[in-house]
Amino acid sequence: MATRQTRTLARAMMAPAVVLLLVWMIVPLAMTLWFSFQNYNLLNPITRGFAGFLNYEFFYTDPAFFQSIANTLIIVGGVLAITVIGGILLALLLDQPIFGQGIVRILVISPFFVMPPVAALVWKNMIMHPGYGVLADIARFLGLQPVDWFAQHPLFSIVIIVAWQWLPFATLILLTALQSLDEEQKEAAEMDGANVFNRFLYLTLPHLARAITVVILIQTIFLLGVYAEILVTTNGGPGYATTNLAFLIYRTALLSYDVGGASAGGVIAVVLANIVALFLMRAVGRNLDR
Amino acid sequence: MARAVSTRRKTIATIAAWLVALVIFFPILYTVATSFKTEAEAISGISLIPSGTFENYVQVQTQRDYFKPFMNSVVISVGSTVIALLIGIPAAWSMAFSPTKRTKDVLMWMLSTKMMPAVGVLVPLYLMFRDFGLLDTRIGLTVVFTLINLPIVVWMLYTYFREIPGEILEAARMDGASLVGEIVYVLTPMAVPGIASTLLLNIILAWNEAFWSIRLSAANAAPLTAFIASFSSPQGLFWAKLSAASTLAIAPILIMGWFSQRQLVRGLTFGAVK
Repeated sequence: MATRQTRTLARAMMAPAVVLLLVWMIVPLAMTLWFSFQNYNLLNPITRGFAGFLNYEFFYTDPAFFQSIANTLIIVGGVLAITVIGGILLALLLDQPIFGQGIVRILVISPFFVMPPVAALVWKNMIMHPGYGVLADIARFLGLQPVDWFAQHPLFSIVIIVAWQWLPFATLILLTALQSLDEEQKEAAEMDGANVFNRFLYLTLPHLARAITVVILIQTIFLLGVYAEILVTTNGGPGYATTNLAFLIYRTALLSYDVGGASAGGVIAVVLANIVALFLMRAVGRNLDR
Repeated sequence: MARAVSTRRKTIATIAAWLVALVIFFPILYTVATSFKTEAEAISGISLIPSGTFENYVQVQTQRDYFKPFMNSVVISVGSTVIALLIGIPAAWSMAFSPTKRTKDVLMWMLSTKMMPAVGVLVPLYLMFRDFGLLDTRIGLTVVFTLINLPIVVWMLYTYFREIPGEILEAARMDGASLVGEIVYVLTPMAVPGIASTLLLNIILAWNEAFWSIRLSAANAAPLTAFIASFSSPQGLFWAKLSAASTLAIAPILIMGWFSQRQLVRGLTFGAVK
């Protein structure tokens, strides 16, 4: 009797969270799916009707589509490469005994707390500006021609800005993982004559494997949806050079008022994110069993 | 000898670490420095020593009404976090203390809602907001942020609650404590640190969220993310003022972030890395 009461109470306590998230998940997603098969333009509401796969076809044959997919992958891949490799190196460095470790740590993680519009505008105007930016000043000091970052390497510039924001995250997590490595194991390996390189390869890296996986997966979820950084720096241009899938959908929806087309794009984005999510859930789920 | 080598090694590591750290921190430092420069100084080469004017801060307030988006950010991020906690605490509590066979599935499912890309539901949400008159309202953004952060809140709380030993409950029960007594006198004091870190992390996440806040708000309910983004238009090409606004926008969160580094790792990896 008591147990049944407890169980009922437990269910009642969970209900609000579960119901809210259920509604939050199902209603908008179902609507997106429904709209994606509709002719629906906010500027032309009369011609509304069933469209079959036309929206998908339209979205798919848009030359911007493949470029946006490529750009999305370049942003995700580029940022991951920089942050994971940089994060490992930085974590190894910060794991050494150093003077002022606490302050160094604070300096390194700070960019993570900077909101995306601030990060993007500061980099665009004060660091990468071809006339007045810090990088231009340095280039002139060295007698070089300043680089016009957003005109010459627009996508790379976005990657740099986003990587700056996420490097602290990778570093912090890898450092935390590194610090849980058993000192005795390290000493044992050292006594057995393993050199620095081998110790890293056969002891540290396997120990970090799980943290690296988590970093990659969580970052991928966020990096697939990079938006504000593009909006305030290049607005997707020049042309479609920095338009990723998220930005293309936004453009279709709120600049072209094409509800059907944007929804078809949204469905594609959801499918893409779900493939990644599947792997993430497995990694996190395994931890739960432990 | 060994001691000398280790001191040298420490010195080298220290220099390297500080160099890297300063390079990474430089854009923030430079922004703060520029915020105290005049507009002319701001575009005349690298200098970390400003003339020390507060003019930019005054102008950001008088010309752009900084206080309004600031209050929007405070209300929306704190509001959504508190509501998410009110909904999340009971849920996490029951999952941690009376788990069933399905608890793990429910948790995983909650996490999966977090994986949904925002653009995937931009259109229906935008239309619903328009139809219900929620566009550009604090309530609208608070609701969205509550739902976005609810899975993280439940997860974080769950990982904290799970570490509270069940034996303590049994001991309290033996001593004749009622269910309410258990919760108020035994569990709550042990749960407070976990709840506090959850609160902190979620305020940080809500404060910095920059997709929904920009898309679903305009002049009235715009939080700081949307406010700063508006500086990207030509009229905002005043770097010293941009720097002042940016400094004000990131300072509170930066300080909160420094205090919550540890919890951050745990919260953002859903307990997978501690």
